[in-house]
Amino acid sequence: MSRELFIDIRNLTVRFPSPQGLKTVVSGLNLQLQRGQSLALVGESGSGKTVTARSLIGLQDENAVLTADRFMIDGRDMLQATQRDWRAIRGKQIGYVLQDALVSLDPLRRIGQQLSDALRANPRDSNKDLRQRSLQLLASVGMPEAQRRLALYPHQLSGGLRQRTLIATALAGKPELLIADEPTTALDMTVQKQILDLLQRRRDDGQALLLLISHDLSVIGQLADVVMVMKEGEVVEQGPARRLLQAPEHPWTRQLLQAVPTPQTKGLRLSSPVPLPLPAKQIDTGEPLLQALGLNKHYGAHQVVRDVSFRLSAGETLGIVGESGSGKTTVARMVLGLTEPDSGRIQIEGQPWSRVAESQRRLRRSRIQLIAQDPLSSFDPRYTVEKIIGESLDAAGIFGAARRQRVLQLLDEVRLGAGFLQRYPRELSGGQRQRVAIARAFAPNPALLVADEPVSALDVSVQAQVLDLLADMQAEHRTALLFISHDLGVIHHLADRVLVMKDGAVVESGDVGRVFTHPQHRWTQQLLDALPVLPGQAA
Amino acid sequence: MSLTIPLLRRRALPPAGLLISGVFLLLVLMAVLFPALLSPYDPLMADPVNAQLPPSAAHWLGTDQLGRDVLTRLIYGSRYSLLISIAAMALAVTVGSLLGLLAGLARGALDEIISRAVDVVSAFPDLLLALMLIAFTGPGTVNLIFALGVASIPRFARVVRAQTFLVMSSGYVEQARTFGLTRRVLIWRHVLPHAIAHVPVLATLGLGTAIIGTAGLSFLGMGPQPPTAEWGLMLAEGRNYLRNAWWIGVWPGVAITLTVVAVNTIGHHWQARFEGKKA
Repeated sequence: MSRELFIDIRNLTVRFPSPQGLKTVVSGLNLQLQRGQSLALVGESGSGKTVTARSLIGLQDENAVLTADRFMIDGRDMLQATQRDWRAIRGKQIGYVLQDALVSLDPLRRIGQQLSDALRANPRDSNKDLRQRSLQLLASVGMPEAQRRLALYPHQLSGGLRQRTLIATALAGKPELLIADEPTTALDMTVQKQILDLLQRRRDDGQALLLLISHDLSVIGQLADVVMVMKEGEVVEQGPARRLLQAPEHPWTRQLLQAVPTPQTKGLRLSSPVPLPLPAKQIDTGEPLLQALGLNKHYGAHQVVRDVSFRLSAGETLGIVGESGSGKTTVARMVLGLTEPDSGRIQIEGQPWSRVAESQRRLRRSRIQLIAQDPLSSFDPRYTVEKIIGESLDAAGIFGAARRQRVLQLLDEVRLGAGFLQRYPRELSGGQRQRVAIARAFAPNPALLVADEPVSALDVSVQAQVLDLLADMQAEHRTALLFISHDLGVIHHLADRVLVMKDGAVVESGDVGRVFTHPQHRWTQQLLDALPVLPGQAA
Repeated sequence: MSLTIPLLRRRALPPAGLLISGVFLLLVLMAVLFPALLSPYDPLMADPVNAQLPPSAAHWLGTDQLGRDVLTRLIYGSRYSLLISIAAMALAVTVGSLLGLLAGLARGALDEIISRAVDVVSAFPDLLLALMLIAFTGPGTVNLIFALGVASIPRFARVVRAQTFLVMSSGYVEQARTFGLTRRVLIWRHVLPHAIAHVPVLATLGLGTAIIGTAGLSFLGMGPQPPTAEWGLMLAEGRNYLRNAWWIGVWPGVAITLTVVAVNTIGHHWQARFEGKKA
């Protein structure tokens, strides 16, 4: 039985109509999945991995044109399948965990109701029975206090618990195959670890086949037997996970692997095919550029920042790492002068920065610039790239020809060029947007740059380019960088020193190498344990 | 007639309804701007000899009870009906947007005051409120504009206030604050343009309602007084002769209906495109 192919697809091509005619999104894909195997589809956004997975449950876009030489699921030919045939597959043979757990649950139905909906195979099932089975299902995905959660609404659950619920609904029909589309994206490190452990346990028990979709190679390393790497709709490499991750053959796979920031990549470029060193930073350890002393902040009765102190020298990078809700963004806002601390003070370049009149602060604002997590929302949609970058020069009093000159120079530095001057943010890709944001941040020659999760919305290879660019620009402009991230790999790669935050307080701080190799605090240890490790890399 | 401008060649023709509405409104606009070009008759001069003539080659839409050409009066009347409505909308847009922006920026107590006042105004049906206001001010063209305008303020104030809230909490306003822009520059550059983005569409849709409101209140004698040629007033006068001279009352009604349908068609189409673009 174990040799039998559960899924057998030959030469699958999916095309979408577009103004320029049919656009091929997946081409010539072969996919065989044996019982007892788990498979991972890896690729960047737009590589066709989600389209492929959705075609497995007949949920491709209505306009999509799908052709294949062979399309068998569990021995049945699905090429001519009707919606009725597909309904027999969905949920019962194949469970699908949609990409975004935060929006994939019905906000108006209680958790228990949603599970019952998924469980109700025939209308005669009694509510009591359904409730019992819902409880078992929630317990099987490791939901704590399952009894109590049944009565809750999705918005009352955290991201990780919502993801568990979603997996539970996908498992309700006891499917043979579970498809999980980016199951850990947008989740905190420790929560990601829990979800991965949950999936791994299911795999080890041999309970269900697993098809995992991810842009992150490190996530799938432990989970998949077979990995398929996709690029622009085609499979460029496939093979056993261990072999593929340790000795990749295709240059693209190698590039993807290299792009993952790890302890080994520190000081090296992520986006180059061969290890190249990054330019050396010039850190001036004399008078600190930024000093924060005993910062506290309450919102109502809730204390979001507790007694946080740190210092940052010119040209240095300080990483702040913590989960969502740990207070790191509030610290950033205080440094930016957007939020006033309740107590404590901030000094920049030896002068008080917090609790001074805005009229005095305004003149110094160009010394501190922000790179936000989502560049698109940080751009006025009516503005062209030229106006977006130019606006940060307002305070410096640079206008007219001089401004245009400076904008061109920066576009050149971030490798976009003059052709982008008149483009609108909507017309740019994610990586290009973040380059524009970086250009804007460096335009007024700031002494300090605050970057709040600047790469967490980007694909791994684009993240690599942006991180390299940031390091280049920082070294050249001798800018100090306050880098906020939930991703320890990125922090380790980029930062000189690190603050680890939990519940508003700094639990550990110090040199990044020391903190990550010899963590003193239990919480730091816990975060480090959650870091997925690529096989073949020493932990 | 095939006339293609190179830039537009790729675009498909707009839907027929939109095209017809556009052409019709252009005609109405002509009537508003150059009524004398379209008609040889005088809209006010009575000619009792030719009273109540049915539609004919000389008088396309017939003559009224005083022998005035109905088409001519419709053409001249468009000026009153449309300009009153447009002026009322202009009043509502200006005051409504300002109040909305103010409430959205100030938050707190001022926002409460403005918002509750807007709630009170919008609690009355538009026409009823306009009637009440005219009861205080007395009938007349300016008073009609004022009454209709005030009744339409809430919809603009609410939308602009909500948009202002949204924009003020957006990433780009936050970012602009880190550039050290003054509050005034920030509002002028980044808040106002987005806050009032919906207003033109809303105003176009509101114009249709305002035209009906104008005609309705004039019909009741609250607007311009006879012998002025105004569509609602003409409708009211024609009412008495419907049995033996239907054309006196029916044509003004047709004119009102067609204009409102045309304005609404364009407004809805615009709204759909606008929202499609936003999504």
